[in-house]
Amino acid sequence: MPTSLVQTESVLAIEVGTAVTRAVLFDVVEGQYRFIAVGKAPSTAEVPFKDIGIGVREAITALQEITGGQLLGQGNNLITPSQPDGSGVDAVVAVISTGPVLRTVIVGLLSDVSVQSARRLAETTYARVVEALDLSDHRKADQQLDAVIRARPDLVILTGGTDGGASRAMLKTLEAIGLACYLMPAEKRPMVLYAGNEHLAGEVHELLDAHAGALKVSPNVRPSLEVEHLDPASSELASLVVNLRRRQLKGVEELNALTGGMMLPTSYAQGRMVRFLSRQYESTRGVLSVNIGASAASVAAGFNGEVVLRTYPQFGLGENLSGLLQHTDIEGILRWLALDIDPNAIREYLYQKSLYPGTLPATSDDHAIAQAIARQALYLAVRAARRDFPNDGRAARDVLPPLDLIIAGGGAVGEGLSLGQSLLLLLDAIQPVGILPMLVDQNNLLPLLGVAASRNHFLPVQVMDSGAFIGLGTIISVIASANYGEPILRVKMTYSDGTDARLDVKFGGLEILPLPSGQSARLSLQPLQKADAGLGPGRSGTVTVTGGAMGVVIDARGRPLKFPSDAVRRRELIKKWQYTVGG
Amino acid sequence: MLAPVLHVLPVTTIVRERLLPAAGKVNVSVNQRVNPTDVVAEASFSREHLLLDVARTFGVSPQAADTMIKVQAGDVLKQGAVIAENGGFFSRSIKAPRAGRVAAAGSGQVLMEVGDARIELRAGLPGMVVRVIPERGVVIRTVGALIQGTWGNGRVDHGLMTSLIERPDDILTPDRLDVSLRGSVILGGYVGDAATLRAAAELPVRGLIVSSLHFSLLPSAVQMRFPILVLDGFGMMPMNSAAFELLRTHDKNAVTVNAEFPDRYGGGRPEVIIPKDVVNEPDEPEDYVPFAVGQKVRMRRAPHAGMIGSIAALPAGLSKLPSGLRAPAAEVRLENGDTLLVPLVNLEVVG
Repeated sequence: MPTSLVQTESVLAIEVGTAVTRAVLFDVVEGQYRFIAVGKAPSTAEVPFKDIGIGVREAITALQEITGGQLLGQGNNLITPSQPDGSGVDAVVAVISTGPVLRTVIVGLLSDVSVQSARRLAETTYARVVEALDLSDHRKADQQLDAVIRARPDLVILTGGTDGGASRAMLKTLEAIGLACYLMPAEKRPMVLYAGNEHLAGEVHELLDAHAGALKVSPNVRPSLEVEHLDPASSELASLVVNLRRRQLKGVEELNALTGGMMLPTSYAQGRMVRFLSRQYESTRGVLSVNIGASAASVAAGFNGEVVLRTYPQFGLGENLSGLLQHTDIEGILRWLALDIDPNAIREYLYQKSLYPGTLPATSDDHAIAQAIARQALYLAVRAARRDFPNDGRAARDVLPPLDLIIAGGGAVGEGLSLGQSLLLLLDAIQPVGILPMLVDQNNLLPLLGVAASRNHFLPVQVMDSGAFIGLGTIISVIASANYGEPILRVKMTYSDGTDARLDVKFGGLEILPLPSGQSARLSLQPLQKADAGLGPGRSGTVTVTGGAMGVVIDARGRPLKFPSDAVRRRELIKKWQYTVGG
Repeated sequence: MLAPVLHVLPVTTIVRERLLPAAGKVNVSVNQRVNPTDVVAEASFSREHLLLDVARTFGVSPQAADTMIKVQAGDVLKQGAVIAENGGFFSRSIKAPRAGRVAAAGSGQVLMEVGDARIELRAGLPGMVVRVIPERGVVIRTVGALIQGTWGNGRVDHGLMTSLIERPDDILTPDRLDVSLRGSVILGGYVGDAATLRAAAELPVRGLIVSSLHFSLLPSAVQMRFPILVLDGFGMMPMNSAAFELLRTHDKNAVTVNAEFPDRYGGGRPEVIIPKDVVNEPDEPEDYVPFAVGQKVRMRRAPHAGMIGSIAALPAGLSKLPSGLRAPAAEVRLENGDTLLVPLVNLEVVG
């Protein structure tokens, strides 16, 4: 196919979430790919629909109504490729995050080495580890076998052994897994990923090919004790997850066929895009992407082209909400609320929302509760993922390392909130440090660009450059040891027209200096009391900052963010912050 | 936009597929009448496995051990039955440590299944078997009133229903559960304490249909051996008026409570079925329909969760909600005459 044809095709990108299904059209406008429009519909994987295809067609119908173009033809089937009359699209790609959490058994040799790698690998997707086997497991082989069968796994992740290293123990475990698969009903057999000692790949095929639901063999996640390399295995795992969804959910097979196999788990596509951004923009400190919706909270951080991807279904805002209090106490949620509310009302909310994940808050109080829960869930996800970020030795483990860029998306961030509300939610939950721009991905495009990249390399770059994401502005986070209300930073912002604005920032404050999108300014920072405004403790300097919908935001509320112990004062403070960002 | 339908119907045709989780044996045939608690299919599985390492025990290679193994897959063995012998003057043998079945033999090992357990698939509703799915289950058809709920504890039973609810916002307390209710299915309001569940278990009752349940009672509810079906949700919520009125008119009727545990992706909804004899079978109800003005709807989220109203208008495009969010919404007229703007995703059609 001539290159020019490939480069100018229109692309329909489908995202099937737990609550919402989106149909997004990308097309070429004036020689560049652009995000054209998004059509949305409630997702239909669950009862009573039980077919994701219904929601996909509804979303495409909504997209048709917005664009005025015809995408669905006879029998409500997608018109592809595009026709001379302008109807249809040339290509389809898709991501999926809906579906039951994947019950996963992880297997390794050493509990603190390969098993941990397997656990981290499982965390790259919508999985929950339900059983772990390793050398320190003193159960007999048949007891291990029964434990695996009782766990009813959808997935088994096998790791262990350095390349060419010990194999005997690994082979015994492989036999147990093979027997467990053999004993399960054929239609329930787990998908198996082997990412251990590469020298055993032949034996793995011999033992598991006939009995696993599907088997993938990837390069070893631990080629040596000191090295962990999850990326190739996470790619194979993504492929197995799509296979599982094809087996579990009606309509996935059809959608996958429509995409010609270009379908990925949403969080994997998000991670792929973050890796790309980290390389493309030569990020030296890191690019962070967070996404929180009904399926999961996912965190992808790119450092020098390497990505740390973590997917936490337990922090999703849908059916798993009833279990959120296993990971946090109720005060962890209440601290984000300006409302004086009975803690049991929060507990009831969590259970009721888990029954109906797709519902929306209709009142302001309900909305406030929803946002408080989203904050805490995202806070927990970012803190959990942060444990696996490379440590530069400077940042404390409970504080994020300095980053170059944050992109936030997902239903809880992008849909329906004012930009000020989105900003405050992200500042509270992520608590970034240093000086960095923050983008909101209101239409959840990032994962779609990640999957579209496998079809068309130009599309993601051109769509990103076209301003499809909303720039909130530049965030300056100040770390200081001071009492509430003490001055910690003097700021002077000089606009391009020569005018300036000055500000004395006090500890505990949240300040905004207007600077519209597309404009830049020189920002002079003079910390007091050894405060660190991103230039180092007590260091002054001048930096160029870019504007955005909110301008330049100076967050001097401390890291980690601290609240007054008095509940009345805390609620007043939250109201003040909300007022600062526009209510 | 399509709306999920919550079935609260005085008479309808109900067709339900009941499937085993694994291959087994179907106990009924087409055109056979079944009761809700009849076991229509069953499968057996082994609670445990024993792996006997013949090669290691005899200190020989797996290939050599295979020649010594005297059993094959499928063999049913009594305790002490010989599994392998190494022959010779001082022959040693490996015997079955427990009765069981050989699941696999080879590579110097024998895998035994021991401790049989059964999965019993109950009909879940009274009716006629209209289709048998070999080795997996059946399709059952009946006609009657159908009232769906939001949560169930996974149990099924049937019996005469006694209503202990006077108003939709009644609270069911243990003192209401006296010995005269033994063996009944109880229709009650909100259950807020464990004592009520314990009192119901002590009678025992054959089912509990309640408007709502305190969230802290979920673990206890799952442990109860009788079906508990929650109509409206968690927290103190009144019973939706559609279910309240229909169920109250069936006081002292035989009802089936299929308190199916929620399986969002594969299962059905928990439901109450009250069989009826009719001359002409009505059509099966639709599980989802497009939203339309005039439809009766139930609200699924605070502040009016569980309340019933009717769609007065469907504004085009997105509507701005009191929360500040913008979403497709409906103007819903509640039974008390108030009109609210409600996001469509917070509604289900009742019908």
